[in-house]
Amino acid sequence: MTTASQEKELLKGLAKSDKQAAETIYKNNYNMVQALIINNNGSADDARDIFQETMIVLYEKAKSGTFELHCQLKTFIYSVSRRLWLKRLHQLQRYGGQLENMEHTVPVEEEIEGHEQRNSQFQAMEKSMLNLGEPCKSLIEAYYLQKRNMTEIAGSFGYTNADNAKNQKYKCLMRLKKLFFAQHKNKDQ
Amino acid sequence: MMEDIQLSEAVERFLQGQMDAEELSRFEQLRKSNPEVDQFVVEHSIFLSQLNEFGERKHFRSSLEEIHDNLLGNGTIKTFVPKTKVVDLFRKYRRVWAVAASIAGIIAITVSGLVAYFTPNLTKPQLEQLSRKVNILEKQQNDLTNEVRDSSKVTSRVPVNETFKFGGTGFLIDAKGYLVTNAHVIKGAKTIIVQSHGQEFKASIVKIDAERDLAILKIDDNEFKPFASLPYGFKKTGADLGEQIFTLGFPRDEIVYGEGYMSASTGYNGDTMSCQIAVAANPGNSGGPVFNKNGEVVGILSTRQLQAQGFVFAVTAKNIFKSLDELKKDTTYQNIKINTLSSVKGMERPQQIKKIEDCVFLVKTYQ
Repeated sequence: MTTASQEKELLKGLAKSDKQAAETIYKNNYNMVQALIINNNGSADDARDIFQETMIVLYEKAKSGTFELHCQLKTFIYSVSRRLWLKRLHQLQRYGGQLENMEHTVPVEEEIEGHEQRNSQFQAMEKSMLNLGEPCKSLIEAYYLQKRNMTEIAGSFGYTNADNAKNQKYKCLMRLKKLFFAQHKNKDQ
Repeated sequence: MMEDIQLSEAVERFLQGQMDAEELSRFEQLRKSNPEVDQFVVEHSIFLSQLNEFGERKHFRSSLEEIHDNLLGNGTIKTFVPKTKVVDLFRKYRRVWAVAASIAGIIAITVSGLVAYFTPNLTKPQLEQLSRKVNILEKQQNDLTNEVRDSSKVTSRVPVNETFKFGGTGFLIDAKGYLVTNAHVIKGAKTIIVQSHGQEFKASIVKIDAERDLAILKIDDNEFKPFASLPYGFKKTGADLGEQIFTLGFPRDEIVYGEGYMSASTGYNGDTMSCQIAVAANPGNSGGPVFNKNGEVVGILSTRQLQAQGFVFAVTAKNIFKSLDELKKDTTYQNIKINTLSSVKGMERPQQIKKIEDCVFLVKTYQ
């Protein structure tokens, strides 16, 4: 059993992308969620999907800094997974009613809603990145995602100097921005 | 162009808190004085934070995959053994099944209910086979006559330890001693005795045609003298509706004449093997011939309907022909000839009967 203070520590670690914290939470809760999914028309793959999505919800919540856990971490994870699975089942039109294994749950509608919004932004960005094409995609990834420094990037991408790379990176960034906001507008309509 | 790059760089530095105090104040100043720049900063900030979030999330996701595989590898988490497909399908479609099953059930009950409602109740008990069940009294009477015969040294054909069960009527189809009667008359018989003018002859079963309710018997008795020819013929086409008919039979030990008409060309419940006749018939009449006014056999009286008066059914003559044709496949019986010409045609009825009655027998069965 993890105490409330231990759980707080775990969430703090999660917010800092601490792998150890993520692994502990994963270890302690995965089997519970898997049982829920499999007992309700799901497969092991579904369970993996849903649990990881739940972890992302938790991660983003923890990162936001405003997250306060009012129940056991276990209960929160169960509630989110259950909600996500119900939604998935509904989309697949497999089942519309109640889920079995009713355990204590807390309302997580807000969290799910926020998560879905971020999800759509994430997908818009993903799509924009795909449409960006090479070498822009790799360049942007190297600088903004992997956070490598400009001189190093210039070397590995074959630019004569860091300034050249910077110029190129700027052009790519502007294109990505355009693509991203276009995606966003499409989504909003 | 160059300015835009610098601005973008500035925003990035601003967001990452890399500006020193002097640069920051200049940057803030620029935003205040130039709304275009300010808007760019806001927009760019949003975009960059989105990009950053995207990166973090992607990273986190891949680390989750890594964790999952690790934990799975060292056995901390286990993949559930998936349930069998059949159970899965059952679970998946349990509701659909339940609904389908109940609909099927309701339909089945409704249909069977309707069928039961519209189907006439129980066919068989409504028909009475007109073979005569002989009561014990008559048996005793027979015993008595046997004794009389014994005393007069006339050998009886009645088997000693068998009892007289049923009686019916039969008539010759071939002068050599072949008789036709109803199959139900001789049902379960061990010994069959046929009787005419008080004289008894032993008979054996040649063929039982349960489908048509016909039986063909042969008189196996030395005392039986074959006729030269039969006075009546058989009419394959049967009789027309409204045609006058008459019957001869043994509802009692005495031959009884009956008169009526052809009332329907089909039998009970539309049975095409028989026809309906209007004639007085009683148990014992079964197997008796039905003649038209020319003395041609048009049918064999077989059953009557219990609930209604005057509904008597006869197996049509056509079926005798069919049954005989089947029998003739056996070479032993190829010499059976069926007469189609009636020699009593045009005679007065009493004369006709006088000629015919010799060929109509009381059929007694013993069990």
